[in-house]
Amino acid sequence: MSDRGLVPALSLFGLLGLWIVAATLGDDPTVLPQPWSLVGPFLQEVQSGDLLFHLGHTLVRVIWAFVLAMTIGMALGLVMGRFPAVDRWLDPWLVVFLNLPALVLIVLCYLWIGLNETAAIVAVTLNKVPNVTTMIREGARSFNPDLDAMAKVYRMPPVARLRHVLLPQLAPFIAAAARSGVAVIWKIVLVVEFLGRSSGIGFKIHLYFQLFDVAMVLVYALSFIMVMLLVEWSLLQPWERRVRRWRTA
Amino acid sequence: MIRVDVTRKTYGTTQVLGRIAFEIQRGETVAILGPSGIGKSTLLRLVAGIDPQFEGRIDRPDKMAIVFQEPTLLLWRSVLQNLTLIHPTLSDDGARAMLDKVGIANKSGLFPGQLSLGQQRRLSLARAFAGAPEFLIMDEPFVSLDAKTAEVMLTLTEALIAEVRPATLFVTHARPEAERLRARVLELRGSPASLAPRLVSGLEKP
Repeated sequence: MSDRGLVPALSLFGLLGLWIVAATLGDDPTVLPQPWSLVGPFLQEVQSGDLLFHLGHTLVRVIWAFVLAMTIGMALGLVMGRFPAVDRWLDPWLVVFLNLPALVLIVLCYLWIGLNETAAIVAVTLNKVPNVTTMIREGARSFNPDLDAMAKVYRMPPVARLRHVLLPQLAPFIAAAARSGVAVIWKIVLVVEFLGRSSGIGFKIHLYFQLFDVAMVLVYALSFIMVMLLVEWSLLQPWERRVRRWRTA
Repeated sequence: MIRVDVTRKTYGTTQVLGRIAFEIQRGETVAILGPSGIGKSTLLRLVAGIDPQFEGRIDRPDKMAIVFQEPTLLLWRSVLQNLTLIHPTLSDDGARAMLDKVGIANKSGLFPGQLSLGQQRRLSLARAFAGAPEFLIMDEPFVSLDAKTAEVMLTLTEALIAEVRPATLFVTHARPEAERLRARVLELRGSPASLAPRLVSGLEKP
């Protein structure tokens, strides 16, 4: 295994070790079961199809909210970063939404839109948009003015300018927003499911919370964490390496 | 033909440019001379259309090119793409031929950051001439170069101007550069800056 894969693997094993130590010291499987005692329930949930069903539902919600939040946040951030007049008008809104607790937005969305899928995705998206906007705005403020002037004099068409001049300068900010975006979004999706959906990891956690079944809560939570690690390693990190290639070449 | 007639340019309450009027014919090179801080770059930004806020009128063609003090390249795209993305009608072969003219043909697949500063400036020059511009603007393109590199760049620029024959406006504070490119010299003076009464140099053709 390469050095790049070795350190994260060792680090994760360390975390597992910590868990085993804690479970041994606590010595109460109803509070914190040993990691290996989760394998049985995990396989059982996989076989019954339950795990994949709920995992799929949560994943679809995460993808929807992620795509929407990134698109809206990037558009807003770009406009606010480039046009100070717009920024002055929208900035107070941004501050309001940044400081609105996720729970308030979720409850309001359910009350106004209804206990449905639209409300769930809107709630998560609204929670994440201000964050993405803030990060992208920072990037848009630091655009190189000479490159702008160059693109203008050579009459680059707007789409080419966006794709080859502006977005590459934004790449580090987009990567940071996407990183923190995925992490925050899936946490909020779980709360949304916990409060008002009848499918998804959050729903199952709600169910097993009421049954005080720590093992099953862990099985569902850890399964999704594994999916997110997979996304991070197989999609986000390779993409980041690709767009950073010119820096290290 | 390029026709410049600027009557006034202010930053806030400070007037930087007064009346400045001149014309540049196709194939002609005009150099704007003046000490630093006089407003040369401001004038250049107006003429290039980068800064649209001024009083007056500037007629310029569509096909323009600019060379800055810094190379100002797309560092995240390959050397070749730095030509083809800016000039969408330029073929890969055309772009390679252009790179060959400035002597960096073998670098087409690299990123600009892998080139030396001198090579980056050549690329910037190639980008300017690749579109066969009708109007070329250069902002102190040879400043901060060592004497030898500046000489090479000047020779290259001279040859490319002779081949493409754009109307050229070039800003500098070094009179020898202007004479070398056989430019008609306009001098900026005063505050707000305006064109000084012109002395016809011996090198200039009537």
